[in-house]
Amino acid sequence: MTRALWIHLAKDLRIEWRSREAVNSMLFFALLVVVLFSLAFDPRDAFSREIAGGVLCVATMFASVSALNQAWAREIRHQVLDAQRMAPASGAELFLAKVLANFFFVSIVQVLLAPVFLVFYNLHIEGAGWQLLLVLPLGTWALVANGTFFAALSIRSRNRELLLPLILFPIFIPALLAMVLSTKAILTGDSDPTLWIKLLVGYDIIFTTASLLLFDVVLHAE
Amino acid sequence: MSTNPPATASVSFSARLDQVSKLFGSFAALRQVSVDFEPGRCYVVLGENGAGKSTLLRILAGLLRPSFGTALVFGGLDPHEARARVGYMSHAPMLYDELTAEENLRYFASLYPGRSCLAPADALRRVGLDPDLKRILSQYSQGMRQRTSLARVLLSEPELLLLDEPFSNMDVESARQMVELLATFRQSARTIVLTTHQRELAAPLADWVLTLHAGRIASFEHGHAGL
Repeated sequence: MTRALWIHLAKDLRIEWRSREAVNSMLFFALLVVVLFSLAFDPRDAFSREIAGGVLCVATMFASVSALNQAWAREIRHQVLDAQRMAPASGAELFLAKVLANFFFVSIVQVLLAPVFLVFYNLHIEGAGWQLLLVLPLGTWALVANGTFFAALSIRSRNRELLLPLILFPIFIPALLAMVLSTKAILTGDSDPTLWIKLLVGYDIIFTTASLLLFDVVLHAE
Repeated sequence: MSTNPPATASVSFSARLDQVSKLFGSFAALRQVSVDFEPGRCYVVLGENGAGKSTLLRILAGLLRPSFGTALVFGGLDPHEARARVGYMSHAPMLYDELTAEENLRYFASLYPGRSCLAPADALRRVGLDPDLKRILSQYSQGMRQRTSLARVLLSEPELLLLDEPFSNMDVESARQMVELLATFRQSARTIVLTTHQRELAAPLADWVLTLHAGRIASFEHGHAGL
C-alpha cells in the first residue's frame, strides 16, 4: 500500500507544483474572506477572539472547495481516470493520496493565512495555544477527507461545482462546530476544548474509514 | 458477406460477447451483440458515429458493464477483473497535461506492480518518440499525444489491445508506422480490437472486419490479413 500511495502522492504534488492551480485559488479566496470579515466586524475588541475561529474555519472551508473540485477535474480531463480504473492498483491508495495532497495544500494556505489573520484580528491567544496545532489539522483532515470523497462522487455530474458544497457542507457541520468551538475556547481561554478535540478525532476516524471502504464503488461507478 | 460472427464455441478466445446490450437511459448503444475475439487476431470495427463502437470497446475494457448479456475475457473472467491484462486507448490521450511523456509513462508503469512492464523510454522509442524530450504533454501536438497514449497502452504489454480511433489526428506516415507496430504486436499472439473510420489504413491488419449499425452487427467478414 505504501508504495502506490507514495507514487500517487508524488504525482499530485508534482502536478500542483507545476500548475499551482489549487494553492493559488485557495489562497486568494481565503485572504479575501478574512479581509472582508475584518472590515465587517470591529477587530479591536475581545469580540474578535469570539469570532476569529469561525472566520478561519469558514474561510478554509469555502476556499478548499475549489481545490477539491480541481483534484478530480485533473483526473477527468483527457479521461485519465479511465486509465486509473484499468490499472490493478487499489482505489483506496488513490483516494488516500488525494486526501494527503489536499491536506497539504490546505495546510499551506492556513500557514500563509495565519500571520495575516493575527494582524487583521489583533489576536492574543489566552488559552493553550499549542492545542491549535491539534485542532486545525484534525478539522482540516475532516474537511479534505470528506471533500475528496464527495468530489469524486459528484465528478460525473454536470453541476459538480455546485453539487460538492451542497453535499459536503451539511455532513461537515459536526466537525465544523467542533473546530469553531475548540478554536474559540483556545483563543479566549474561557473553556476546555478537550471534548471538541475528541469529537474531531472520532469524526476523522469514522469518515476516513467509511470513505476508504466505499471509494472503490465510487471509482468504478459508470 | 456474413452477418453472423464465426462459430468458435470450441476455440479458446481472448474475449467473448454473448447477446450483449447496453442501454444509456432509454437509448440502446448496443443491441444483442455476440462475437468471439480469438487470440492473435486483429478485429477492425467500423460504423458511423453513434453505431456503438466505443461502447463495445469500453465493455471489453471493463469500464462499462453490459445491461444485458455477458462479456467475458481470457476464458471466463469478468472484464472488470481482467482489466490489468487489457490495454485500452481512447479518443482522449488518458495522460496528464502537466507531466512529460516519460513522467506519465513512469507513473502508469508503477501502477502495475508485479507485472513486467516495458521501460518508459523503450515504449516511447517504439512509437517513434524521443524519450529525452522534456516538454510537458500540453506542449505536444495532437499526433504526438496520440503516440504517447499508444506507448502508455503498450507499457504493460497487454494481451488484449483495444484501440478507439488510433489513427485520428495522425498524418498518413505516422499512421502507417502505427499499423506496422501493431502488426508486430499481433504476431506475438495478442488480440487487437480497433475502431476506425479509416478502413483503408487498417486493412493490412484486419483479420476480421466487424461493422456496427445502430448498435447491431451489420456485417462480420474476413479482412485482408485474414484471407
